[in-house]
Amino acid sequence: MSALHLRTLTQLADGLRRRSFSSVELVADLLARIEKSQPSLNAFISVTGSEALEAARAADRTLAAGGGGPLTGVPIAHKDIFCTEGVRTTCGSRMLDNFVSPYDATVVARLRQAGAVMLGKTNMDEFAMGSSNETSFYGPVRNPWNPQLVPGGSSGGSAAAVAARLVPAATATDTGGSIRQPAALCGITGMKPTYGRVSRYGMIAFASSLDQGGTLSASAADAALLLREMAGFDPRDSTSVDTPVPDYVAALEEPIAGLRIGLLAEFFDKGLDADNERCVREGLRVLEGLGAKVRPVSLPNLPMSVPVYYVVAPAEASSNLARYDGVRFGHRCEKPRDLNDMYRRSRGEGFGAEVKRRIMTGTYVLSAGYYDAYYLKAQRVRALINADFIRAFESVDVLIGPTTPTPAFPIGAKTSDPITMYLNDIYTIGANLAGLPAISVPCGFVGGLPVGLQIVGPHFSEPRVLTVAHAFQRATDWHSQVPKGYA
Amino acid sequence: MALTREQIASIATLARLELTAEEVSLYQESLSSILEFVGALERTDTTEVTPMAHPLPGLTQRLRADEVTEGDRHERYQQNAPSTAAGLYLVPKVIE
Repeated sequence: MSALHLRTLTQLADGLRRRSFSSVELVADLLARIEKSQPSLNAFISVTGSEALEAARAADRTLAAGGGGPLTGVPIAHKDIFCTEGVRTTCGSRMLDNFVSPYDATVVARLRQAGAVMLGKTNMDEFAMGSSNETSFYGPVRNPWNPQLVPGGSSGGSAAAVAARLVPAATATDTGGSIRQPAALCGITGMKPTYGRVSRYGMIAFASSLDQGGTLSASAADAALLLREMAGFDPRDSTSVDTPVPDYVAALEEPIAGLRIGLLAEFFDKGLDADNERCVREGLRVLEGLGAKVRPVSLPNLPMSVPVYYVVAPAEASSNLARYDGVRFGHRCEKPRDLNDMYRRSRGEGFGAEVKRRIMTGTYVLSAGYYDAYYLKAQRVRALINADFIRAFESVDVLIGPTTPTPAFPIGAKTSDPITMYLNDIYTIGANLAGLPAISVPCGFVGGLPVGLQIVGPHFSEPRVLTVAHAFQRATDWHSQVPKGYA
Repeated sequence: MALTREQIASIATLARLELTAEEVSLYQESLSSILEFVGALERTDTTEVTPMAHPLPGLTQRLRADEVTEGDRHERYQQNAPSTAAGLYLVPKVIE
């Protein structure tokens, strides 16, 4: 059997149950890896080592007594957007640098309930606004495949940590691609569930009609194992959907012969790197080899996804981030002259450049005289994009395309032009606008860098999306590749 | 469309953001290019299309009974506050 850090979440949960090794042994091993990686990767904002070892000891006692849940003793990390009781929760921002959450996010509570042990909080783009992890107040995260390159974002810390095998899996969030894009750029599996499937309670809000929590892991089987614990109705989230959670793990082994795959014509555009395209098309052939039938599908309004997103998301963000006023929590400026001065300077100092840009954009598109032209117009085009997806799913079971236009790019390469950065999410935003489940799985390498293939399904089709991804991963070994120096 | 420095200053006032002179220039340039980029939406015909505010069509915000479910945890919550006294949040004087 391979070294502990190279085993998947599923293998680790199994090994712990059999007591082949202890949770303390595993946690100590991974904490040492995290510490060693931190100067080069910067994947973590906070490491909760002593709490983790204490939780691991408790898990070992539970396992020794023959008890335990599905994840007892299994180490994970949480994106620093999820509130963790008694632990600093920064959202990658100076604004929350000193914020210690007084409660747990539902996702955090559920995973703890299932027995998972948190090792720390991962780095991220500030308030999840970014596609490269360069907007973090705590500095950029580096890509384990090449430290000169970005890991993607906004869940760049979670993605780098899983890719470098510092943790077997981590939580993440996806508003426009923030799970799938870093998964693709780091060569791992990233699952964004249906909007409303995973509770957003205690998950710091960015754009509330788009935000959804999910997973970053080595494999689709691991994503299924985690999601089974994370998903489900939560009365504390008014957008949480009250439908039963299927057994995602049990569904994994279903055959995919006869599966109807729609090839997203709009995703094979001029922006798609030729080598990326080659990898994705080879991936499709693998699925055809397993009995799937591929046919082209056109979603004519999909190219409008990015413009729709860059109206809707900043608008919702400007409203959500109005809560950071320097009064009850978060950064407050020194010696405010009056209340308005306190608001303006606390926010001016507490937020970084990209967050301020989005707040400004959102404020403008919601302001009197522009609301109809921008915000309402974007919501109408969003309805058309959604209708395109619904129509497509009348004739196919899943849609497949690339996750990103290119592999990972150099740190600093796209920071000067926001539009260039925004276009990284051109293939991922559609699923957020329509609230659909989508997964990115590794499907090859270009110049030593991983490439992602994206599978999108209808609302609440997580079992199908995970099954297709799992079938692909049983036929390929791209997802088992580990960057040099981290094996 | 190009925004003026005055427009940027007025948006910043609405958003309660103090900006430096360099930031005003930065956002003048980038907001103008973002607005030009999202201006592409105009080309889509949306006559008689109902705006979509919720990604799961047909689902609306759930209501709950108006019952107290949280205990009094103000002391815990106020540990994160920049300034408090006697259980209250302190801010600069609002009324002379």
